[in-house]
Amino acid sequence: MSKVRVLVGTRKGAFILTSDGMRESWNVSGPHFSGWEVYHLKGSPVDPNRLYASQSSAWSGQVIQRSNDGGDTWAPVGNKFVYEGVAGTHQWYDGTPHPWEFKRVWHLEPSLTDPDTVYAGVEDAAFFKSTDGGQNWQELPGLRGHGSGPRWQPGAGGMCLHTIMPDPTNPDRIFIAISAAGAFRTDDSGQTWQPINKGLYSQYIPEPTADVGHCVHHMAFHKSRPNVLFMQKHWDVMRSDDAGDSWHEVSGNLPTDFGFVIDVNSNEPDTIYVVPIKSDAEHFPPEGKLRVYRSRTGGNEWEALTNGLPQSNCYVNVFRDAMAVDSLDKCGVYFGTTGGQVYASSDAGDNWAPIVRDLPAVLSVEVQTLE
Amino acid sequence: MIRVYLPGHLRTLANINGEVEIEIQGPVTQRSVLDALELRYPALQGTIRDHVSGKRRSFLRFFACQEDLSHESPDAPLPDAVVSGAEPFLVVGAIAGG
Repeated sequence: MSKVRVLVGTRKGAFILTSDGMRESWNVSGPHFSGWEVYHLKGSPVDPNRLYASQSSAWSGQVIQRSNDGGDTWAPVGNKFVYEGVAGTHQWYDGTPHPWEFKRVWHLEPSLTDPDTVYAGVEDAAFFKSTDGGQNWQELPGLRGHGSGPRWQPGAGGMCLHTIMPDPTNPDRIFIAISAAGAFRTDDSGQTWQPINKGLYSQYIPEPTADVGHCVHHMAFHKSRPNVLFMQKHWDVMRSDDAGDSWHEVSGNLPTDFGFVIDVNSNEPDTIYVVPIKSDAEHFPPEGKLRVYRSRTGGNEWEALTNGLPQSNCYVNVFRDAMAVDSLDKCGVYFGTTGGQVYASSDAGDNWAPIVRDLPAVLSVEVQTLE
Repeated sequence: MIRVYLPGHLRTLANINGEVEIEIQGPVTQRSVLDALELRYPALQGTIRDHVSGKRRSFLRFFACQEDLSHESPDAPLPDAVVSGAEPFLVVGAIAGG
């Protein structure tokens, strides 16, 4: 029978939640790396027991942990992230040039084909790669060297590369996103990159349709259809049908199109999920009602999913990497909140229940479906 | 024998129980003590001093003999009581909430 393993990164450690395919009864393991911020952890698609975790703190910087047994035991691996060449400058909040400085790893993306190869998206935004299981890291400097780097700027959470999506149908193609620079695509395994932000409109930058500067919060695709991309931008939910060459808005009837997470049902490529957040200043659900919105039409037409979610006095946020789906039938959908709840739906969002209620603030949620 | 006391989160990271005792050949300084510490416990590399600049992380402090040595030169000799092992060299997490 299938099993599900949910990997949860929080402000004060990591937790691993496991269940059988029924997804009704859960075992909770943790905290791992107690007291540290765990921005992200994720397993290898080709060796599910190979996990990577990003552990960091203001006191002691960045640590990368690796497990070879599904998270039962961990060992620190390499944590030296050094920018290639002259680091250069990006825009600071006040518009002045600011030197690139490594702060932390926001996202770890294991290769689709090799358990020892893993990508890291970091703050200040850059793209790193390890081919030896995380022992050594090299920047692929073509991204920062694209030429637009001096115009990138930090969002409120920092200038982070937070989304990495290798194309399962094209080993040379990877999509990434940066707050606040926008989305980029490589078609040569990371050597060169192009911004893919045509169609985005952002009133908070001097030129709202500029090629870079957009605060993309998250992106997702269905693995069978990687040319169709979905994006939750700072404001606006967007869709591209041409691998990012152009975007159009699909916010439709959402109560607000601000938010952080977006994901795609593993069985239905046109079924997507977002969690609307009231505004950039009010990072909580509208009306104090925690609602996941689902579109079965690839956007524009949205329905509120509320069964099992708090519908009064709920003022949590759901961070950008804190939603994931399993690959069972029906699709399981999971998300974590800044209030420490991890909610799960085993029926594609129709009904929800908390797996845990009182973790530290959840930073990330990933799911592994295990045979 | 130099005694080094680390904050709890770094002891956990490096699987250390209690104080660390290390031998130093040559001058006993912050740099030589931390170099020897990181050589024995590679997991500590980058966690006390920044990988690139080599500077103390700003939320960690170095104390010994009831003195704050955080702003001393990393190549300044440590107090005799640290060199003799009578007092530990303390790596302390700054009071920064959280």
